[in-house]
Amino acid sequence: MPETVLFRGPRVFDPLSGHDGDADVLVADGRIEAVGPGLEPRGAEVVECAGLVLTPGLVDLHTHLREPGFEYKETIASGTRAAAAGGFTAVSSMANTDPVTDHAGIVAEIRDKAAEAGLADVFPVGAITKGLAGESMAELGEMVEAGVRVFSDDGMCVPTPRMLRNALVYAKAFPVEVVIADHCEDASLVEGGHMHEGSHSYALGLAGRPAEAEEIVVARDLAVARATGGRIHVCHVSSARSVELIRRAKREGVRVTAEVTPHHLVFTDDDLVGYDTNFKVNPPLRTAEDRDALRAGVADGTIDVIATDHAPHAVEEKESEFDLSPSGMIGLETALGAVLTHVVGPGTVSLERAIDAMSATPARILGAAGHGGPIEPGRPANLVVFDPAEAWVVEPPFASKARNSAFTGSELTGRVRHTMLRGSFTVTDGKASR
Amino acid sequence: MKRHLLSMHDLTADDVTRVLDTAESFREVGSRVIKKVPALRGRTVVNFFLENSTRTRISFELAAKRLSADVINFSAGGSSVAKGESLKDTALTLQAMGADAIVIRHSSSGSPLQLTGWVEGHVLNAGDGTHEHPTQALLDLYTMRERLGRLEGLRVAIVGDVLHSRVARSLSFGLVKMGAEVTLIGPPTLIPPDAPTWGVQVSYDIDGVIPKLDVCYMLRVQKERQRLEYFPSVREYNRLFGLTAARAGVLPEGSLIMHPGPMNRGVEIDSDVADLPQAVIEEQVTNGIAVRMSLLYLLLGGGGSGDSTGEREEVADA
Repeated sequence: MPETVLFRGPRVFDPLSGHDGDADVLVADGRIEAVGPGLEPRGAEVVECAGLVLTPGLVDLHTHLREPGFEYKETIASGTRAAAAGGFTAVSSMANTDPVTDHAGIVAEIRDKAAEAGLADVFPVGAITKGLAGESMAELGEMVEAGVRVFSDDGMCVPTPRMLRNALVYAKAFPVEVVIADHCEDASLVEGGHMHEGSHSYALGLAGRPAEAEEIVVARDLAVARATGGRIHVCHVSSARSVELIRRAKREGVRVTAEVTPHHLVFTDDDLVGYDTNFKVNPPLRTAEDRDALRAGVADGTIDVIATDHAPHAVEEKESEFDLSPSGMIGLETALGAVLTHVVGPGTVSLERAIDAMSATPARILGAAGHGGPIEPGRPANLVVFDPAEAWVVEPPFASKARNSAFTGSELTGRVRHTMLRGSFTVTDGKASR
Repeated sequence: MKRHLLSMHDLTADDVTRVLDTAESFREVGSRVIKKVPALRGRTVVNFFLENSTRTRISFELAAKRLSADVINFSAGGSSVAKGESLKDTALTLQAMGADAIVIRHSSSGSPLQLTGWVEGHVLNAGDGTHEHPTQALLDLYTMRERLGRLEGLRVAIVGDVLHSRVARSLSFGLVKMGAEVTLIGPPTLIPPDAPTWGVQVSYDIDGVIPKLDVCYMLRVQKERQRLEYFPSVREYNRLFGLTAARAGVLPEGSLIMHPGPMNRGVEIDSDVADLPQAVIEEQVTNGIAVRMSLLYLLLGGGGSGDSTGEREEVADA
């Protein structure tokens, strides 16, 4: 049930309205009732927030919830619990479920299960092609009617420029703006590869996934978007040259947005020398130069969104040989801490840009109208309060069912205290409320 | 010596010399009527082979048995994951068996290193994916040193699919460590781009290199590579990079032809060439047993920091 709550004295930081300053925030009936200094509690539960930061609830544009089909890795309930723990009030679930999220029925089923859990709003991504097979277009229109705004075959690259072109042109029929999001890796160049191709892959005896596999597809997708006027989104950019391609295309007016994961902003292929499968992700962690270019891309807005690519896997799947281990790491619970510690703390990316990239902008792309701010009276109370100074060591157990985090054992500064979804706490004092 | 042998980088030049010297004393054991010494009596060696390799497994098995160790062969056709068990689960099973040494052969690069995190015994890499095969490199170094009297300054060409060859990697690292001059030869698609950083030369012209060699080391070329467009045909491969009879004729007097086996006769090496007197391919196999005895002995038998010379003599006399 929504509560009446007064957040007393946090730094209210809201990129959308431009608000940055200490204020009280009064929440009632699931909505923000008032924002300002010295508000009267009027019977509300008072939550002391001196020294804490209150921002719009975070929004993840790229989450794998694994349900239906892979409940042994994660469920909608456990995944959204992890989201809440990480300060997220909305996540976008990827379509590589089983059955694939390629028709309206599955979209509704995922939404219903998420509503039942009540821990975060879930905005399912629809598959571009039936069964993610890359062969025939899924019924995009029906999924748009069911509320889908982002389509992606994530995990698989859109195989041909023709498929991408047809999807982009077809999407013009819809009364709302939809986005075609691509996992940009050329299949022929990454076949059999397990990490970034470079000095480390050669030394480790692991077949590589070269940077040009991504750059080729980014260039291809940008060309098709330019030609069709369609709206594309580049998932998890990992290479410096991809960032430059996107930067140039944006300057030329191509309708493109892009995202980067916290792990690509933090780690490099140098971290794989111990064959730790938690560092195995697609696209792979690349060089320090790539990482620095990604950070610069977030700072100047070339990369619009920071998205987790939260990819839970069972313990036994990751405690296997490196080449046999599935790709991906979890990220919801460490995203904010990782971003604050590694890119905001050192001054590479402003707090404003970071919070915007994790709330307002992904909410806009998803069409998640109630999320991402602004923090103003009348708006749904989807909020997060975090302690920017709290240092903590990442350790299992996680709220997620999985524990394949490369951050395990590392110290982060900045931790979620409270998460509120439409006026109800999903996390209080760092602990799950439900 | 380090606790485990995962890579040639784990060994110093002095370590290599010690392994080869120790192997020399064990070589003699293999020529006795009773080919056995009690050095590892009561110790358990597990041959953990997740990739088929009868010859390497038998070589390790013989080596351990000649040292009087108890040997367990733990083989599985596929990966541990295919059986529904993680590599860690399997490792803990081996640990529970009380293995003093685990010899691991696996198609997955890095699996021996992963194993060291889960078991207490010594881990010996018997070939991991496209990463390394240090015991093969050591038996090759042994064979070269025995035949040619030295390693320093030897001119060695390693010819073939270097990119996918753990043997080529380990042997290159070992030869460079011992002061030999190594040239890698093969189609550019099958030469690792970082090869120059290994301290070796790279050439695409076998005919230009062959007249100056002490050792011509041929690698197996899998026909699978043709399908993946690394080279156009076996015929062209043989023409450009194969050790033909004509090329073998240009090798200097006294030079060696080597191959880690199994050979693809007619692809990387012509059948007649493989049977020439300077082809020491069976000798490599024989020496493999002694080198593996030496490694098991040095890792398990207290060769760690003690007076290796004294111990070696003691063993040889046993």
